[in-house]
Amino acid sequence: MATENTALPVYSKKDFESGVDPRWCPGCGDFSIINQVQKVLPAVGRKREDIVFISGIGCSSRFPYYMNNYGMHTLHGRAPSFASGLKVSRPELMVWVVTGDGDALAIGGNHFIHAMRRNIDLKLLLFNNRIYGLTKGQVSPTSELGKKTKSTPHGSPDAPFNPPALAIGAGATFVARSIDVEGAHLGTVLKAAAEHKGSCFTEIYQNCPVFNDGAYVSITEKSVKVDALLRMEHGKPLLFGKDNKKGIRFNPQTAELEVVVVGEGGVTEKDVLVHDARRDDPTLAFMLANLSLKPGFPTPIGVFRDVSRPTAEELTWNMINAAKGKKGDVDVVKLLAGSDTWNIK
Amino acid sequence: MSTPSKVQQVETVTIRFVGDSGDGMQLTGTEFTRANALAGTDLATFPDYPAEIRAPAGSLSGVSGYQVNFGSREIHTPGDAPDVLVAMNPAALKTNLPDLRPGGMLIVNKGAFTASNLEKADYKSNPLDDDALKHAYKVVAVDMSMLTEHALEGSGLSSKETARCRNYFALGLMYWLYSRPMEQQLEQIQKKFGKKPEFVEANQKVFKAGYAFGETAEIGLQRYEVPASKLPPGTYRTVTGNYAAALGFATVAKLTGKQVFLGSYPITPATEILHEMSHFKEHGVVTYQAEDEIAAIGSAIGASFGGALGCTTTSGPGLALKSEMMGLAVIAELPLVIVDVQRGGPSTGMPTKTEQSDLLVSLFGRHGEAPMPVIAAQSPADCFWAAMEAMKIATKWMTPVLLLTDGYLGNGSEPFKIPAASELPRIDVKYQTTPNHDGAYMPYKRDAKLVRPWAVPGTPGLEHRIGGLEKDSLSGMVSYDGMNHEKMVLTRAQKVANVIEDVPDVEIYGKASGEVLLVSWGGTFGSVRGAAEQLQGQGKSVSHVHLRWLNPLPKNLGAVMKGFKKIMVPEVNNGQLAFYLRGMYPGVDPVQFNRINGKPIKIAELAGKVLEVL
Repeated sequence: MATENTALPVYSKKDFESGVDPRWCPGCGDFSIINQVQKVLPAVGRKREDIVFISGIGCSSRFPYYMNNYGMHTLHGRAPSFASGLKVSRPELMVWVVTGDGDALAIGGNHFIHAMRRNIDLKLLLFNNRIYGLTKGQVSPTSELGKKTKSTPHGSPDAPFNPPALAIGAGATFVARSIDVEGAHLGTVLKAAAEHKGSCFTEIYQNCPVFNDGAYVSITEKSVKVDALLRMEHGKPLLFGKDNKKGIRFNPQTAELEVVVVGEGGVTEKDVLVHDARRDDPTLAFMLANLSLKPGFPTPIGVFRDVSRPTAEELTWNMINAAKGKKGDVDVVKLLAGSDTWNIK
Repeated sequence: MSTPSKVQQVETVTIRFVGDSGDGMQLTGTEFTRANALAGTDLATFPDYPAEIRAPAGSLSGVSGYQVNFGSREIHTPGDAPDVLVAMNPAALKTNLPDLRPGGMLIVNKGAFTASNLEKADYKSNPLDDDALKHAYKVVAVDMSMLTEHALEGSGLSSKETARCRNYFALGLMYWLYSRPMEQQLEQIQKKFGKKPEFVEANQKVFKAGYAFGETAEIGLQRYEVPASKLPPGTYRTVTGNYAAALGFATVAKLTGKQVFLGSYPITPATEILHEMSHFKEHGVVTYQAEDEIAAIGSAIGASFGGALGCTTTSGPGLALKSEMMGLAVIAELPLVIVDVQRGGPSTGMPTKTEQSDLLVSLFGRHGEAPMPVIAAQSPADCFWAAMEAMKIATKWMTPVLLLTDGYLGNGSEPFKIPAASELPRIDVKYQTTPNHDGAYMPYKRDAKLVRPWAVPGTPGLEHRIGGLEKDSLSGMVSYDGMNHEKMVLTRAQKVANVIEDVPDVEIYGKASGEVLLVSWGGTFGSVRGAAEQLQGQGKSVSHVHLRWLNPLPKNLGAVMKGFKKIMVPEVNNGQLAFYLRGMYPGVDPVQFNRINGKPIKIAELAGKVLEVL
């Protein structure tokens, strides 16, 4: 089935476009995301026919129809279950899951956390617009507390999920965040996701111009984003703000992260935390993920966590191959006979 | 009782072992079954155990049982009423004595009839002291507790460990009583406890003590022998239905060279299929224990999209959870087998008890127009053939197939004649590898039988997208066109109707016309065939047809039913097949016989009911 014997064709972005015109609303953040995915795929070193996109239900889940790969548009919340079965069955395929905040975190919450903890090599992209779009504007599991929507006219009484923190808690081995309008950044994150082997979670802040327009303007507007976004890079200090003067420092007294200004109060760049996405312990990644909820802190984007573990499908196939090696090729009659038989003449 | 002079031959016997959940009755039952299988008798078994793993010791709710019917003639069921009841404590006696045949043999461990056990079983006085009991049954009261302790004196085992060996005393006694050779069991104990030599020795000692008790007891026990049956020549093994289903799927992997992918979530009484299939890795089986019932079927559909032969196993509550997924498999037209090992419902119902109450939900329990083939296995060994048949239909017709078994078939066992390779079905699995429409690939371009092609990821040039939205009848792209939808609904229905070409006609057991035709399906086969056999032997005008196929129904069924004045449908539900037949064959109005007590239908009870109708 897989075509490993032939050379990898040279692809362009166009090779990944199905030719079906996306039916998203004008100005939807999904356009920018699919654009980046189609730009990144020619460089991931995989054949078009070996790449599969699986989605659930919602605006984002129409994604596979617009990609010229194998694809399945499945049931609400259930995409990770199909993708997990496919990837365990056919580990040589590259499997992407496209989902939204309602799809992955409400109806599909169970499948989501289990996909993360198993460490099956799935590249899950969560388009987070903090609203239900396809059902026309209800509160979602990532909507802010107090959010007024059609189903919460007096404000949402429910605390939201912070998706990367949830993914880290569930055991994902790759956790990242980017933003639809930060095209170049998104491209870099997608490439890192493509290169990772294991459960791979990427949250993409995505603007819904119809039902939740401007959800992210407070961090994406040109005038504010330099102070509002913390661009994490592995091995580099966590600096942000104009001229990279602000930094994130770990305070051992409070066991919390704090914002410091380099050059003020004796703070030097050496005091600033150096980002280590490969750190096995997830605690710091978890603290960074939660900064976006804290007033006075920037929103981190980039890769929170990127650690290497054996994947579930590798372990599964190691067991299968060990069983095959131990018992050899048993013919069907032997299989049927088992070990405890008697004869009737 | 007089002193027996010699071994008495009997044609069939039904024995039930009952005790506390911790008494090892399931093991005793399966070991004794094995002895009879090796002796060449036909047999059928029925384990009956509580849902709780360990209910309070000695309590009425903690009683676990195992019934085996073996004989030198064809055995259809685990037996209506036990001829012999082996009761290990008062609670087991209390809950099972009403089933013992009048005049039957009652073997009890009188050592367990202590004041506290009697109280737990709600006995005001010791029933073993009751003369009425001795008049009604042949009572053999043995202090197995004490005799086990004696046998293990000086073994160094704790009293708890000693108590655990008691079931081997009962087994030894039954070996003697039914003239089975000890050696095979001693070997079996060696095999089973090989890693713990102290238990090998202890269990062997106790087993021998039980056997010796029979031989030396001065109570004049009659010894019996059940000769080998006249089963067709061949090599046999004993299988439960769940094991047989797993074996069927592994055989499909072997025959096709394709991966069989099982996505499953543990649920009583289907879990054993997952256990067994996880041991078939070297044959091309991949098992995946999902996080829930929905993910279990989802993973199987995902694997099927990738070209594997997907299957999922469950029981009623799980089937309910899977219904949206089954609809997706219908509209996506991917091969998939869903096995429902039915149990008592609704809701959690009676997890360890058998029932046939998922027929209608299997046929109609999905939203939208979502037909699929439905097959029901008819005996434990038939689960093997049914699993292969379901997989063959699923791949040939690109459709999900529902395979119904039940708790009785799944846990029950019978001899399975091991087929020769030449007797196995031919299952061709084909993938589309080239464009099928002007140089392009149209995933819903069908063949003459309305089957769509199966192109799998990794195939260059055939990249395509499918899903749960209605599809254009050719390209498979999303279509909201009303007339296209109508066409697709009718096409999917017609495709499933076309499966009739693979549905064999029903065979009539008995005359082709007469007074009463018994129509049964699934796990009641043995009971209904047994009743028909009995009644025909009495010269009654009763015939029997059994349905393995519920959708599509066999072509000749309507005509066959016309040959009889009355149709009678015995079922372990409240009349689901009867309802279905009324709808499918206007004018047919079956007499119902329904038992919903968690157990297989008794032959005598059904035969009695037929006599009333005649």
